Amino acid sequence: MKKNKIIIYVILVIMSLIMLVPFIWMVLTAFKTVGESTQMDPFVIFPSKFRTDNFTEVFHNVNFARLYFNTIMMIALRVLCAVLTSTIAGYAFARLNFKGKNIMFGLVLFQMMIPTQIFIIPQYVMVSKLGWTNTMMGLLFPGLVSAFGTFLLRQAYMGLPRELEEAARLDGCNIGQTFLFIMAPLTKSAMVALGIFTAVFAYKDLMWPMIVCPDTNQTTLASALSKMQGQFTSNYPELMAAALIACLPMIVIYVIFQKQFIEGIATSGGKL
Amino acid sequence: MTKKKFSPREKSELIWGWLFIAPTMIGLIILNIIPIFQTIYQSFFKTGDFGKGNIFVGGANYVKVFSDSEVWQALFNTLKYAVVEVPLSIIISLVLAVFLNGKIKGKSTFRTIFFLPMVAAPAAIAMVWRWLYNCEFGLLNHIIPGKTNWISDPKIAIYSIAVIGIWSIIGYNMVLFLAGLQEVPKDYYEAAAIDGATGVQQFFNITIPLVSPTIFFVMVTRIIAAMQVFDVIYMVIDNNNPALMKTQSLVCLFYKYSFQQSNKGYGATVVVVLLAVIMVFTVLQMIGQKKWVHYM
Repeated sequence: MKKNKIIIYVILVIMSLIMLVPFIWMVLTAFKTVGESTQMDPFVIFPSKFRTDNFTEVFHNVNFARLYFNTIMMIALRVLCAVLTSTIAGYAFARLNFKGKNIMFGLVLFQMMIPTQIFIIPQYVMVSKLGWTNTMMGLLFPGLVSAFGTFLLRQAYMGLPRELEEAARLDGCNIGQTFLFIMAPLTKSAMVALGIFTAVFAYKDLMWPMIVCPDTNQTTLASALSKMQGQFTSNYPELMAAALIACLPMIVIYVIFQKQFIEGIATSGGKL
Repeated sequence: MTKKKFSPREKSELIWGWLFIAPTMIGLIILNIIPIFQTIYQSFFKTGDFGKGNIFVGGANYVKVFSDSEVWQALFNTLKYAVVEVPLSIIISLVLAVFLNGKIKGKSTFRTIFFLPMVAAPAAIAMVWRWLYNCEFGLLNHIIPGKTNWISDPKIAIYSIAVIGIWSIIGYNMVLFLAGLQEVPKDYYEAAAIDGATGVQQFFNITIPLVSPTIFFVMVTRIIAAMQVFDVIYMVIDNNNPALMKTQSLVCLFYKYSFQQSNKGYGATVVVVLLAVIMVFTVLQMIGQKKWVHYM
């Protein structure tokens, strides 16, 4: 029994190293000079000095403040839109009976089964007709509503006891008041889960910002990184510095709120 | 007498119901439902050169797709990626989840570490891996002696890409499996231990059957996602990489045709083919699940 435990710990530690080494290597390389990063004999693991030159250089060439602003705005707006529209729609689908409900919910489920690439060409055509290329509206566009969020919130409302609503109704609340004051506050955890899920996937999205905001000043961190790779082709220390700048804030937020992150992703991802 | 009358309650549910779903439904119809038909419609057109607009070509794009060796190769690459990434990532993450579900010190630290790639931008991850895989100066060729061209040898590049995919996703799968494992009653294991079952026997006879609904769910969603692989390949494989033909996926082709060569008609055709392939796989899995998924 004791021996098994040790084997398990050894495997877990080795796996942790495999997960961490790319991140550690990114950090170490970001502080190296090009010479150090390409020296093979002897192979350099730690930079001789932790220089910040690569960071200054990258900050000088790339407007990271602007990219951060774009990325954060896009995430915030997408989360806000998804949570607002999904919360009300989820409630209606879970708790109200009305004509046409089943057909409409069928459309929600149908959308969830279709690969997103199917929507991209027409969405792009709409955005360019509206003159929204290289704008925040363009970045936000596909995230205005969320079929997945509607499904997730519907599940959350289905799990709440009916007695609550009945009591509110007897007290004279109309449907809007029952929803707003009684039911919506009870699904906060589902809203948080949807928010985290939306934020993580908006942050990771690459193709849409590349297509709709090719302008380096109007785009997101992810899509700007793909451009930088072409710019500094083989200057890996600078590329790693840029990658680190782009990743660090999200990683810090994740480490602080890791419980919410993992639970949010697990509850929403598990229902996808 | 036959005229149906709404009670005030029914009437108010009708009004509030439609009011509440209106924003979502209007959005979904404009952003997603109509575009499905537009994409299919577009696949029957050729986008003219110099912005000449659309020329109706009937089924010509489909005829071209079926004789286009680049598309067949891309389909093959995509399947190869999925066949490596999905089973390996599921096995590794399931084993890790079982380990972490036991009495382990530092459980949440391990969980945090495994999940870390989920919160990093794939563009950044791809850059780091590209550097690790670098033939001359990469860390990997320093650890494993030899001059392996991890990402430019057409024979192995797709597997190197799949390794990045596995590394990126095991934490996510693991978290889903951990949630599934929590549903398994602890006394099953106690009973098995009393009967003298080893850990490995318990894993195959208790854990796998009882979390099979979660395994099935992860498998279906992972296969769908793997068939849409794009970010990593786009970032790691340059246009002049000799392994390009042997690594580009269907979505890479879709992106290239639609947005780099502006032949939206042909791009749309490729994506319709992708949709068809995904649907076939999903239906096959739905049929196959009856043989191995146990619902409690």
